[in-house]
Amino acid sequence: MQIQARHLDTTTIFDVSGDIDFANSPEVRQALLREIRESHTARVIVNLGQVRYIDSSGVASLVEGLKASRDLGSRFILIGLSISAREVLQLSRLIKVFEIYDNEEQALAT
Amino acid sequence: MMALCSNPRLLSTVRGAVESLAEMLGFPAAQRRSITRAVDEALSNIVRHSYGNRFDQPITLYFRRARRRRGNCVERGLEIVLCDRGPAIDPNKLRRRSLDELRPGGLGLHFIHEAMDTVEFTRKGARNRLRLVKYFAPTSTAL
Repeated sequence: MQIQARHLDTTTIFDVSGDIDFANSPEVRQALLREIRESHTARVIVNLGQVRYIDSSGVASLVEGLKASRDLGSRFILIGLSISAREVLQLSRLIKVFEIYDNEEQALAT
Repeated sequence: MMALCSNPRLLSTVRGAVESLAEMLGFPAAQRRSITRAVDEALSNIVRHSYGNRFDQPITLYFRRARRRRGNCVERGLEIVLCDRGPAIDPNKLRRRSLDELRPGGLGLHFIHEAMDTVEFTRKGARNRLRLVKYFAPTSTAL
């Protein structure tokens, strides 16, 4: 799993690749929370286009990112969800809690 | 049978093996993903709760074809048993949490129950034993 942050004006974009599971979800959580709390950007986009699998601990990391963003008045957006990622968000009834777009262009246009 | 240590870095390998086995048995893609997810979550729970995040403890998985009769139908499927040697688990801690509140954590058991037709936890001797079964859609024996 790899996670890298890019900055576009008032937006931080995280590009994540690989599987997010119990082995590496703490790394995702730490990267998201550090950036959200330190940068205070208006919009955080997590690009999951290269993520094949997310387990419950990965979902928990995204929920923590969402809550931290809300606390600071930022938007927290997910893009590029795989079938598997969409399934776990539906199973956990979080699919309507997150702001989700197909791709970066759509997310940046909102 | 698959024997491994409780290192989370092995989870992706197990996921690959389970997905391949489910495909070989003929499960459709959505069920392959859910079975794989259930086994992955069960393993993570063993590492986290049974072994307290110690990464050198033994876990054994057993796989076999399952079969049950329901009326005139025979259902076939896949049985997966996960065994660990951690301390006994309080069955009350194996309940799914409500999904009504927005909070991280506690989703793994929910994923397991959503994916599998049978989820049975037992303690046998010094071993915890989690039995998971997923059946195909039933077929009539009259055919």
